[in-house]
Amino acid sequence: MERKNAYVCRCEEVTQEEIIAAIRAGDTTLDAVKRRTRAGMGFCQGRTCRRLVAQLISAYSDVPFDTALEGSVRMPVGPLSLGLIADTAGGTEE
Amino acid sequence: MKTYDVIVVGAGPAGLGAAIESGKAGASVLLADENDQPGGQLFKQIHKFFGSHDHYAGTRGFQIGQQLLEEAARAHVEIRLSTRVWGIFEDGTVSACTEDESFRCRGTWLILATGATENSLVFPGNTLPGVITAGAAQTMVNLRHVRPGSRAVVVGSGNVGLIVSYQLLQAGMDVAAILEAAPQVTGYAVHAGKVRRAGVPVLCSHTVLEARGERELEEVVVAQVDGQFRLIPGTEEVIQADTLCISVGLTPRWELAALCGCKMDFCGPLGGRLPLHSETLETTCPHVLVAGDLSGIEEASTALDEGRLAGVHAAAALGLLSTAESAEREREIQSRIAALRQGAFGRKRQTSKEQIWSRYHQHQGGGL
Repeated sequence: MERKNAYVCRCEEVTQEEIIAAIRAGDTTLDAVKRRTRAGMGFCQGRTCRRLVAQLISAYSDVPFDTALEGSVRMPVGPLSLGLIADTAGGTEE
Repeated sequence: MKTYDVIVVGAGPAGLGAAIESGKAGASVLLADENDQPGGQLFKQIHKFFGSHDHYAGTRGFQIGQQLLEEAARAHVEIRLSTRVWGIFEDGTVSACTEDESFRCRGTWLILATGATENSLVFPGNTLPGVITAGAAQTMVNLRHVRPGSRAVVVGSGNVGLIVSYQLLQAGMDVAAILEAAPQVTGYAVHAGKVRRAGVPVLCSHTVLEARGERELEEVVVAQVDGQFRLIPGTEEVIQADTLCISVGLTPRWELAALCGCKMDFCGPLGGRLPLHSETLETTCPHVLVAGDLSGIEEASTALDEGRLAGVHAAAALGLLSTAESAEREREIQSRIAALRQGAFGRKRQTSKEQIWSRYHQHQGGGL
């Protein structure tokens, strides 16, 4: 039976091999790995893969796990259509 | 813009507790949750809780959820469902959206009870249909009454893994094995006893290597690990299963707390990264409180009481409770929480919490 991929970021379909390659190329922060591989840029905004990427960073570099977990957070914190923001740009004044 | 005394994000046990206590004291409260049902994980819990009467012992999780919703209604809490808080701005404005609108509101106090995310594992085949998390299994079996498959392997022998295994059996599935990477079961003996009596083998020092199948899960490759969780070559075994249920812990959902500017900290036993906070759930951001799994992974009962504590704190700060009233309420709730943090399991959480509180006070310059 064909061996399937081991996905770290399922939203953007980034495999473990791709993340390890990025770390070996010198990306030892969540943000750096994200910029190179798109891991964490999908629908769930890294909620599932953030921890997995940090584990791989700590396993394949000298950055400890807790440091590797530190990443930036930006709004919106969840998926949101731009149209929705545009329609209510001023915010619904309730 | 609509303003509230208190905005609570997350309507699980912690958020409900916070909303109920502040609402009961007379605060205007908005309780927002991104799900279409309130209660967080409570409505997925069909088992009876145990402990003391104060902690709803003997009552099933979903019934506790119903009682809390009634309490929230009596406290005039405005509950908005399918409402995701997507941003918190520097001026304190909270932005939220539903399917068809985005709106802003403002609260004098913000209580974050955003809960947790389930941890995941990386192995070949981890996205094959049939590989699911424990939470997904509970949603399917307990809420939607859908069997995920006929034969399951469960990864993780914490309380969630053990309870889910039992619930899969109740739903009529076979549970081929529970895998635990640690050398011993990590959940309560009472839950472990239940699954063992039902004939489910718990394989300690075992992990999942690979999920196999053409179009969906057909078999799971497992193997033994040593004390350092390193694979022991030659111990691979294949277990036939169409469901692989991952239950390897939770991570606090700290995004909104970080957006507020709360100082973050790290505590492995409490789930990883989380906002620094005090005994009464204050963060390093004025007017922002946290409660429940966000402030450290514990249990529904602890989350509920932490939420209540945060709610009392906010109500007292708003001048809705006298100093004597709030001190009395806080004492009562804190003694219940202390009771939950006893014993072999509770003690570890208590020690971890104490470290967080102490670092909070150091950060705030007060010392302890």
